[in-house]
Amino acid sequence: MTGRSWPGDLRAAAADVAGIGAGMFLLGTSFGLLVVGSGLAWWWAPIFSGVVFAGSMEFLLVALAVAGTALAAVAVTTLLVNGRHVFYGLSFPLHRIPGRLGRAYAVFALIDEAYALATTRPDTVLSGRRILWSQVLLQVCWISGSTLGALTGDTFALRVPALDFVFTALFVVLATEAVVAGREAIGPLLAVAGALVARLVAPDEMLLVAMGLFVAVLLVRYRRTRRESADA
Amino acid sequence: MPSPLYLAAVVALAGAITLALRAAPFVILSRLRSSDLVAYLGRHLPAGVMLILVVYLLRDLPVDRPLLTLRELVPVLVTIAVHLWRRNALLSMAAGTAVYAVALAVVPA
Repeated sequence: MTGRSWPGDLRAAAADVAGIGAGMFLLGTSFGLLVVGSGLAWWWAPIFSGVVFAGSMEFLLVALAVAGTALAAVAVTTLLVNGRHVFYGLSFPLHRIPGRLGRAYAVFALIDEAYALATTRPDTVLSGRRILWSQVLLQVCWISGSTLGALTGDTFALRVPALDFVFTALFVVLATEAVVAGREAIGPLLAVAGALVARLVAPDEMLLVAMGLFVAVLLVRYRRTRRESADA
Repeated sequence: MPSPLYLAAVVALAGAITLALRAAPFVILSRLRSSDLVAYLGRHLPAGVMLILVVYLLRDLPVDRPLLTLRELVPVLVTIAVHLWRRNALLSMAAGTAVYAVALAVVPA
């Protein structure tokens, strides 16, 4: 245990997030550059990072907003992309976080990185206050990175075309991770097929159609596995 | 250029849905934990959703111009390869972006 004083918890949290925080700061900078590069005012970067605070989703939101996507499609995409967060709460140690306000913030700031930090170490090492501080520090890294990127892009009219790829690369990495973790090929293949069909049939509503098709396919497959296990 | 009102609506909507998703398990914890469907979706949804997004991001590939298509696809394949090799997200993204920068210089639009 690293003392009961809050500076001790803050120091411990700073050591916990050092590596991840630096990565989030860098990714934040490219998010800020993307915001300005997409034609939005620089101050939208801290607003996105402060209000939504879901890194990968924020990149996507900027792309959706610039394309003028209908709010219904924005809602469905957010629901499906951030749907994974539902599962974080099942094992996040919220009961150890002190105070109602502290718990409310811990839920708001339950990003992938915070979940990973809080659940991969033993309870005896991580106090609730230390988890809370690490969440605050991660958001500070993300907001300062995105604001710096946006201001830099705005001030120097900086346009680095290669940086557009950071956004694609982020989702390529997330997809690779998820496919490897899923340990099955049929679902991912059906998703890609559905997305290509949606691109050809409904290019303007591609995301909504592709996500709808995929969820429908999953529900059918779920019912079938249930029936098979009931028959067995 | 999107209007400030529309942008504010996008931010508010996405923020509210994200917060609801993060809060849901604490509000209806027991029912979610025992739901087979939730467990099934948790296992099978993420990979498909991420792949759909990758296809969406590559939706405007100029398939009638093979060289330009390759310029966009090669960095994607490099990102996947580096990620399968080292499993380090920042490294994979940096490698893919570096290859993309080179590809942009080698194959101008």
